[in-house]
Amino acid sequence: MSPFLLLNPADNVLVARASAPEGTPVALEGGEVTLARLIPLAHKIARHDIAEGARVLKYGMPIGIATRAIAAGEHVHVHNIRSAYTATHALQDADGTGALVSQ
Amino acid sequence: MKGWLRADGRKGIRNTVVVAYLVECAHFVASRIVEGFPEDDVQLIGFPGCFPNEYAARMMERLCTHPNVGAVLFVSLGCESFDKVRASDAVSASGRPVRTLVIQKAGGTKSTVALGRDWVRDALGRVAGVEQVDMDPSELIVGTVCGGSDGTSGISGNPAAGKAFDLLVQAGAACIFEETGELIGCQHIMAERAVTPELGRLLIESVEKAERYYATLGYGSFAAGNAAGGLSTIEEKSLGAYVKSGDSPISGILKPGDVPPRGGLYLMDVVPDGEVRFGFPNISDNAEIVEMIASGAHLTLFVTGRGSVVGSAISPVIKICANPDTYRALADDMDVNAGDIIEGHRSIEEVGTEIRDLVLAVASGRQTRSEELGHREFILTYKTFEPIGPACLPA
Repeated sequence: MSPFLLLNPADNVLVARASAPEGTPVALEGGEVTLARLIPLAHKIARHDIAEGARVLKYGMPIGIATRAIAAGEHVHVHNIRSAYTATHALQDADGTGALVSQ
Repeated sequence: MKGWLRADGRKGIRNTVVVAYLVECAHFVASRIVEGFPEDDVQLIGFPGCFPNEYAARMMERLCTHPNVGAVLFVSLGCESFDKVRASDAVSASGRPVRTLVIQKAGGTKSTVALGRDWVRDALGRVAGVEQVDMDPSELIVGTVCGGSDGTSGISGNPAAGKAFDLLVQAGAACIFEETGELIGCQHIMAERAVTPELGRLLIESVEKAERYYATLGYGSFAAGNAAGGLSTIEEKSLGAYVKSGDSPISGILKPGDVPPRGGLYLMDVVPDGEVRFGFPNISDNAEIVEMIASGAHLTLFVTGRGSVVGSAISPVIKICANPDTYRALADDMDVNAGDIIEGHRSIEEVGTEIRDLVLAVASGRQTRSEELGHREFILTYKTFEPIGPACLPA
């Protein structure tokens, strides 16, 4: 079972179905990439390169706009996409690793 | 399945005596009254404010005449603005035992607590005599909310809740989903499911209203924990939340306190009308649950990813855990493990069917986890609404 889910064929992100450690090899259509950091459960990575300003698609629907170029396999989150509606409010633990640190 | 038959023909799945304080100044005395009945179904609700508010008055009337409620004791300080005569008259007209104690006239804390406990003791005997009659699933009203959402919610818990909603709507029940502020980005696909084009237009308007309201407040309906759980934007959260509505046609729009006129799927518009006043629409998850109950929900499905432990006063809460790690951490508080879907152990259909079956079991008297643990959270704050128009509920 792949550690990453493709929810819709139109999507340019994949969703982690379990926490995936740094260094995990992931087979993408463009070739294999190695995760540069831990990707926690339900966080997203880029399915392929996403250009700055491009729409990010999940469930086949737009979930935001890339604020800079995102490489295939890179963590896709509040640091590199923004809402087309209201700004996201996040704290220091937004990368999803805060809970691990506190344990 | 049996329900307690009320004078208006509705049937309850619980038979609760409610003690309601009408201003924060009466909260402590009301809670002391309730503490006298640890083994009985006596529950505390209330409104904290001293200023009058039509929404709060209507909500209190709807909650105190909810089919799960058998009798009501109001506890007033005496000088607050809440119209206790109107509230008492509404409960009395519904055929339920009702009493109002005014602390300033009853001799203070000790004597009001004593009088209140005497009345509740008597009321418990009276509600025990209410007739139980056969009840069909088509008579149920079921709400759904999500809270503590994360990136699993939209993949497992919410689709499974949506599947349960489809099954319940097919059985003739009324199902209500909500939080227009968490449907931002979904309004156009949602509108295509409306039973009339006019209703579709109103669905879009309700979400656009939420967008304006939250933009003024400076925050979306998005907590920091949503981001830690992998959600990056409000529209990503919205798309995950939207799927808990299932696939049924949308039969109407309700506002808090409007009871669905028949079976079907309804959107609750929870964002106030008019200029922005009184702060955030629903300040926490229980505010949403209370609005579902005011619209007649016999029970509420609560989908969580990060993990929540809450229940509610008046109507049971079924907690559906979307995240398998959270389920392992908080299993005692969860009724359904939808994390199985993420880990590939069960399908959305299987978990959806389990939720539907659990709804019927809880309606037949089975206790939910939060009920067993004694959770009875409640919150009611200020809002302003215009009444819904006829196009919100097409015939």
